[in-house]
Amino acid sequence: MRHYLDHAATSPLRPSALHAMTSAWSQIGNPSSQHTSGRAAHALLEDAREQLAEAVDAHPSEVIFTGGGTEADNMVVLGGATAGRSGGRPQVAVSAVEHPAVLAAAHALGAAAHILHVDTTGRVTEPSLAGLAPNTAWVSVMWVNNETGTIQPLASVVEAARRVGASVHSDAVQALPHLNVSFADSGLDAMTISAHKLGGPVGVGALIARRDAPLAPVSRGGEQERRLRSGTVPVALAAGFAAAAAETVAHRADESQRLAVLRARLVAGLEALPRVHVNGGEAVCPAIVNATFEGTRADDLLLMLDAAGVDASTGSACTAGVHQPSEVLLAMGRSEAEASASLRFSLGWTSTDADVDAVLVLLPDALVRARAAAKR
Amino acid sequence: MRVLVAMSGGVDSSVAAARMVADGHDVVGVHLALNRNPQAYRSGARGCCSLEDSLDARRVADTLGIPFYVWDLSERFAADVVDDFVAEYAAGRTPNPCLRCNEKIKFSAVLERGLALGFDAVATGHYARLDGEGEQARLWRAADAAKDQSYVLGVLTHAQLRRSLFPLYGTVKADVRAEAEALGLRTAHKPDSHDICFIPDGDTAGFLSRALGEREGDIVDTAGRVVGFHSGHHQFTVGQRRGLHLGVPAEDGQPRYVLGISPVTNTVTVGPQEGLAITRIDGIRPTWAVPKPRLGQWRGLVQVRAHGAPLPATIDADADTITVTLDEPAYGIAPGQAAVTYDGDLVVGASTIAAAR
Repeated sequence: MRHYLDHAATSPLRPSALHAMTSAWSQIGNPSSQHTSGRAAHALLEDAREQLAEAVDAHPSEVIFTGGGTEADNMVVLGGATAGRSGGRPQVAVSAVEHPAVLAAAHALGAAAHILHVDTTGRVTEPSLAGLAPNTAWVSVMWVNNETGTIQPLASVVEAARRVGASVHSDAVQALPHLNVSFADSGLDAMTISAHKLGGPVGVGALIARRDAPLAPVSRGGEQERRLRSGTVPVALAAGFAAAAAETVAHRADESQRLAVLRARLVAGLEALPRVHVNGGEAVCPAIVNATFEGTRADDLLLMLDAAGVDASTGSACTAGVHQPSEVLLAMGRSEAEASASLRFSLGWTSTDADVDAVLVLLPDALVRARAAAKR
Repeated sequence: MRVLVAMSGGVDSSVAAARMVADGHDVVGVHLALNRNPQAYRSGARGCCSLEDSLDARRVADTLGIPFYVWDLSERFAADVVDDFVAEYAAGRTPNPCLRCNEKIKFSAVLERGLALGFDAVATGHYARLDGEGEQARLWRAADAAKDQSYVLGVLTHAQLRRSLFPLYGTVKADVRAEAEALGLRTAHKPDSHDICFIPDGDTAGFLSRALGEREGDIVDTAGRVVGFHSGHHQFTVGQRRGLHLGVPAEDGQPRYVLGISPVTNTVTVGPQEGLAITRIDGIRPTWAVPKPRLGQWRGLVQVRAHGAPLPATIDADADTITVTLDEPAYGIAPGQAAVTYDGDLVVGASTIAAAR
């Protein structure tokens, strides 16, 4: 039996999502068509939109379906920059630990991008927020970091953005499954969510955006989604997304407590090991544990855990099959060696005590071996 | 056994992995990322380290149902193989980077890392026969004489050989391809690699000129007369005949060969083939593929290049040096190459050629 501790990469499909999709796939018709079949497909799509809006405490008209979290993030950073330029606000500010969907898009803007520094726990610092330029169009700071689980001080981010008149976006992909996410209460102008991190299908996400959010389309076409996102919306994927989100939110409070207990046990077990440090500070999502195993290569630990039936991850980018030092940990001030010696264990709706036990049983020996191997 | 298979993305290591699986071992495939910038390479057909090769290896591992990883050894490869290659040429010698890679990377860095991680052995797609276990392990020439790679494995120590497996030893290349085809491996018809993997365009002289720069020098004959010019001694190898571009024809009208390279004076000496005749080789840094160094004087065979013939010789070895006296003169033996000694088909050991005369 395998132990899956990589929910932050993708979470197993929930039966409710599979069920919703199975019935939706058999509905023919393009939701933009005016005939009976089209109207039926459109009705299913709008059912999904309403269900999803309720799950994130937003208005249905604020839900823009996308091909996933990456597209939604790009729509804000790139589309927000385009809209900002025409409004005399060319700057976009993002934190140094954003997901590549935000960070790489920001880098593509060149000098128009401003990077907000983080402290050693990965939270954006007050001085960096205080330094926001008055010509900033958008500020984008993720709700929960995908590698470390660190929860960002969003209220401070919103307040700082308001002071300079900037709009605020947050990538809430990792937050929605585990934290109390209310778009209405957040003060955000836009928020990214993704289906497959909470047990929905891969290939669909959404940008939740206020009607007055200053955005311009990034890709061009039929302008199906509020004239901002083009392309036929996959109705069945939207239905699966909405069903998974509804189920997630219905059980989220209890489920988060359950995972917090698992996480605490995993953290305690890790910290009992020699020269192992858990990253991310105290304000951390209950589903993610990131730890540095000094004197190892993360790849070696993963190989041994994999062979023993545990699916874990570094959480960071892989180039041609080789893990690169985590940019997130480097931004948090870790050395290249530390950033190459860190693993992420992430929990979700299928996680059990047995999963945590498996990791804690395997790690002591794996650690000794990986440290010996790293000296070779 | 838990076996780590080094999978280059070629057909040989693909079949080696398949055979390890068929033999019932617990197999993990690992592709070694050796080049710092694998994307720079256009095609997987001519090297062993391109991105395409890595993907081919991964797809073979998928077909075989084994775990697969990429290990980034590019820094060690650059230091231990590429830098060494350039330094050896700069010193007027002719290194064999494949041998060096086996010695320093595949059967050292990879083997040791694998053993530390709990593996029992490393398997590769080399053509050589290894039989016996533990103390009894012995390395022999492969059944397919045309593909025999015992020479490039000759640098392995007995301790390394005890932890190595060469599943292809008894097979000829054509059968390896047929086996890959039957197993549905996508590497079945992939062309063999011949070039040095970090010089994918095959232009060794150009690579060395980029690494070392060009510096004009004289080409002289054995009497010391200047007969031509060159733009860097590193572009020549002892025994080389082509590409000398000599302005002055030889008095005897016979072809001329590179007889010697002097890095200090940046001079290349050329002369008739007789000048290449070698009967005595001095080797340094001997290694032993057999459990105990075979010291003293003994009769055996010596091979001095990858596809060279085994030459009958008398070998005299002590702890630090080897002297080889050939029965018949041999030609074009370059310092820097390895002299691998054999007893019949048994690989005895290797040493680096320091001087030949």
